[in-house]
Amino acid sequence: MDSPLLRIDGLTKAYPGVIANDQVSFDIGRGEIHALLGENGAGKSTLVKMIYGLVKPDTGTMTLDDKPFAPTKPSEARSNGVAMVFQHFSLFDALSVAENVALGMETPPALRDLARQIRDVSEAYGLPLDPSRTVGTLSAGERQRVEIIRCLLQDPRLLIMDEPTSVLTPQEVDILFETLHKLQAEGTSILYISHKLEEIRTLCDHATILRLGKNVGTCTPRETTARAMAELMVGSSFASPVARDTEKGAVLLEARALSLPAPGAFGTPLRDISFSVQAGEVLGLGGVAGNGQDELLDTLTGERSAPKGTLFLKGHDISQTGPVYRRNEGLLTGPEERLGHAAAPNMSLTENAVLTAAQRKGLMANGFISWPKARSFAEEVIAQFDVRTPGASTAARALSGGNLQKFVVGREIAQAPDVLVLNQPTWGVDAAAAAFIRQAILDVAARGGAVVVISQDLDELMEVSDRFGALNEGRLSKIRPVAELNIEQIGLMMGGAEDMEDAHA
Amino acid sequence: MIRLEKRPQPSRLISALTPVIAVLLTMIVGGILFAALGANPFEAIRTLFWDPLFHPQFAAYSRPQLLVKAGPLILIAIGLSIGFRAGIWNIGAEGQYIMGAICGAGAGLAFYPSESPLIFPLMILAGALGGWAWGMIPAILKTRLGTNEILVSLMLVYVAETLLGSVSTGLLRNPEGMGFPGSRNFKQWDAAHNAEIVSNTGAHWGVIAAFIAVIFAYVLLSRHILGYQVRLTGEAPRAARFSGVKPARMVLFCLGLSGALAGMAGMFEVTGPAGQISIDFNSGYGFTAIIVAFLGRLNPIGILLAGLLMALTYIGGELAQLMLGLPAAAIQLFQGMLLFFLLAMDVFTNFRIRIGQGAKA
Amino acid sequence: MDLSSINPILLVASIMVSATPILFAALGELVVEKSGVLNLGVEGMMITGAVVGFAIAVNTGSPLVGFVAAAVAGAALSLAFGLLTQFLLSNQVATGLGLTLVGLGLSSLIGKPYEGIKSPTLPKLNLGPLSDLPIVGRMLFSHDIMVYVSLALVVATWAFLKFTRAGLILRAVGESHDSAHALGYKVVRIRLLAILFGGACAGLGGAYLSLVRVPQWTEGMTAGAGWIALALVVFASWRAGRVLIGAYLFGGVTVLQLNLQAAGADVPVALLSASPYLVTILVLVVISAVGKHGAPASLGRPFHAAS
Repeated sequence: MDSPLLRIDGLTKAYPGVIANDQVSFDIGRGEIHALLGENGAGKSTLVKMIYGLVKPDTGTMTLDDKPFAPTKPSEARSNGVAMVFQHFSLFDALSVAENVALGMETPPALRDLARQIRDVSEAYGLPLDPSRTVGTLSAGERQRVEIIRCLLQDPRLLIMDEPTSVLTPQEVDILFETLHKLQAEGTSILYISHKLEEIRTLCDHATILRLGKNVGTCTPRETTARAMAELMVGSSFASPVARDTEKGAVLLEARALSLPAPGAFGTPLRDISFSVQAGEVLGLGGVAGNGQDELLDTLTGERSAPKGTLFLKGHDISQTGPVYRRNEGLLTGPEERLGHAAAPNMSLTENAVLTAAQRKGLMANGFISWPKARSFAEEVIAQFDVRTPGASTAARALSGGNLQKFVVGREIAQAPDVLVLNQPTWGVDAAAAAFIRQAILDVAARGGAVVVISQDLDELMEVSDRFGALNEGRLSKIRPVAELNIEQIGLMMGGAEDMEDAHA
Repeated sequence: MIRLEKRPQPSRLISALTPVIAVLLTMIVGGILFAALGANPFEAIRTLFWDPLFHPQFAAYSRPQLLVKAGPLILIAIGLSIGFRAGIWNIGAEGQYIMGAICGAGAGLAFYPSESPLIFPLMILAGALGGWAWGMIPAILKTRLGTNEILVSLMLVYVAETLLGSVSTGLLRNPEGMGFPGSRNFKQWDAAHNAEIVSNTGAHWGVIAAFIAVIFAYVLLSRHILGYQVRLTGEAPRAARFSGVKPARMVLFCLGLSGALAGMAGMFEVTGPAGQISIDFNSGYGFTAIIVAFLGRLNPIGILLAGLLMALTYIGGELAQLMLGLPAAAIQLFQGMLLFFLLAMDVFTNFRIRIGQGAKA
Repeated sequence: MDLSSINPILLVASIMVSATPILFAALGELVVEKSGVLNLGVEGMMITGAVVGFAIAVNTGSPLVGFVAAAVAGAALSLAFGLLTQFLLSNQVATGLGLTLVGLGLSSLIGKPYEGIKSPTLPKLNLGPLSDLPIVGRMLFSHDIMVYVSLALVVATWAFLKFTRAGLILRAVGESHDSAHALGYKVVRIRLLAILFGGACAGLGGAYLSLVRVPQWTEGMTAGAGWIALALVVFASWRAGRVLIGAYLFGGVTVLQLNLQAAGADVPVALLSASPYLVTILVLVVISAVGKHGAPASLGRPFHAAS
């Protein structure tokens, strides 16, 4: 076999208190799709940033094409044929597609020529895109196309893709995989980062698995079971949620034809959304990011008020009430963004406990907060939900993602909600904490609460929900029992094409 | 390579130490500045910080001045600090101060020469209302239309200044003043005079009000849900909305409160130390209070100390003008530098310095 | 009231002169804000530019040297702001306010010996046949060079932001510093350069006040012009062409109110003198009511490269 395109040899990178990468070595062959597999926090991002020149390794070397490779900045990596499609943070909402592409190139041609090139490449690879559109108005899938085309225009030899399918519907995933196979056939190597095992088994030739910064194994995914890879990735087994069989009770939360205009220039309007949740039931709402999830959550928390007669809690119209009223009535919520929305980063856990529990847990009287009571409630949440922290006076931002998520979800659950609404409850959380949180969600339903889980993780929704619906451009699909669904139907629901599917059926 | 690394959580120790370090740095750089202006730096620093309190000859006069100057600074800074905590930037306190003085004085003069004991409380109320109303203009524009409160509140300072000029030569001019601009002198009208309460301390009603404001703000911020909401809004506006805080109400509360306190400060000043409404009645307390608020770390107790310190530099500055011939502007620059050093040191509350191998790209 | 004493030709000519200081300052701040930084210290940099420009012009006898010195002084002051906000991550609002207070103090300290002196001023350019045109010649083509420099700067800023790669990068940094950083652009360095440019422009604007418009040094002579420049950037929705329109509109209000005062118009003097500030508020209100913003998305947010 030829010499590998990129050889990574003993890369180590330490941050204060944590070794992000510890003596990582592996090879990426020419024309190979190589998976980099690992949990959140396993050190995938750091490794990729070193290859792309954003972070300098402490020790270790890289060899590209038999030549030493030590990029000190991304432009150096790019000029050596290394391109990267980011998971977050690399597009500019207010700029046009062509401008965004130009920013990722070393020596872009004049914008008019560039626009033509964008059209050519996007047609050649089956990724239609209008170069003059403003990026902020594009869907998540289209935004990803911008990034991919930006890379393709530079004829990369190595294309790095960071969790590319987390923003795509199953159908869009198929299209992406076709594109990647096409590239592979042309001799481009691809480093594919993911924690989705099935995906890797379909797509990749080889896989390197990271755990806690170390390379814990290499395998050929097609010949390895998902279970074996999962064990390598996680290291130890963890409790998976216990199936339950609860009685469904009265309807606790109901939305009737809820419509709201988009909150800002780049937001999504809600269009005619109707659903209801019964006591003892979990309703899962899926959909690709940016299809109205945040807007729906803000409307359910009471941060935005809805038109009269569209939202009902236990039969009462709560459309125009605020968050405090809804909490008192038993509707508790957990937003997606932990730092800055569900919790104030610089405030202590005690202070963050007051954020939603002040009234319901009686942490204040006549407007005066009782700090001892707040502290003991925070400590109760910490103990009950296994939050690893030095204490309740620690600042929220000092906690790891998983621990903070356990705290903010625990804070709501500990208040005994009648209705619990969570957006992305396990986003960016390690597997053990995610399993813990899912179990806690099921426990709420088992106690007779009604739960709505909004998530982009389909596996999670299939695991916890009784019924499933999908958001697409602010519309909600028909809601169906999970037991009746297959992956293709889910894909069509997420793509907003369920009527078509009905016609076929 | 030197770089900054975020601390896992804010350091309380550093937060308390930064003002002290900032004062020391300002003294050093200020000393160099004074030397450049031809004054002995050690003498200048002593004149600024020591002589106003302990000079055998001048201290008897200047010591009471400490409270006279600190009173309005603290009163205004307390109001501002609550807004700053919530991320609401009222920088037009100078205008609210002027309007408080005009309204307070106007309400009193309408009843001249009544000696009713109700006059002074009425004037306090009118002063607070005047400042409040002036603060509500940017507040309402912000909540209704989203207009930037920084620029509007600042523009209103200039509008208030022209109004001040207009009333001191027109509406409120002393009819017995032989045509000179300026109102009647409140020092000659007992019912409306904000006199010293204990002689030779400088403590007038405005100083009392400032102390009450400090206690009020302390309790509000540390114990009351409203104060918690103020802090939450500043730390994480989305989390505040999630918690149930109405951003518009927060804007109205903060701008209204800081306006009312600034207005009261103006009213106490015009009826006390200043004595009358005149064209150049305002002397920049509204702007210096911004420095006081930051120097006090937006913390009520800190503001109390910072207000006293800043008052000291005012009085010391006057002494330095008299004894060393230092220009008044040098003191203004000195105060500005203090704010700059404080902001520069502030970073170490949330970050620490790492020297050596950098991770920074 | 005798409105016939207002000469329309002189009116237009003096509008151009009175708009030039804020035009300079607003253009500079536009570039700063486009890079995602909010510098509220324009007033302080302007007045420092005014006093330094004046002092150097008096001492060297050359107003042009004065302008250069003013730009340097404004940039130097903005450097302090840049170091504090970009390296020490201080709050931009507080630091900008501090810069204004420092600038006011510094300027009155430097300016003391120069009060009441007259400075050499810029000659009016003779643009040959253009200046000799009837009416238009005196209105538009008989100004000093800095008026034309300011107009050229409008075009240059517009072209820079719209057509050049550097301009695109600057806008990108202001739009999302995280994305720009991920692509490998030096966010802090780009912002520092923008801040320096803004400081230099504010300095030029200040010097135009003290060397041409007034021309004299008096303490606090900017009288809020720096703040008005900040408002102009909002009014202009962050576009160079509209900054020009805004500055000239504002210059118009200023000149007109002075003319009305001189003509003894039947309007309270206080209202007339407050009118530039009231108009600024009005303009801000109208702009926010219309709701078309286009502010750079990262404006005022601190940037720290975490990894």
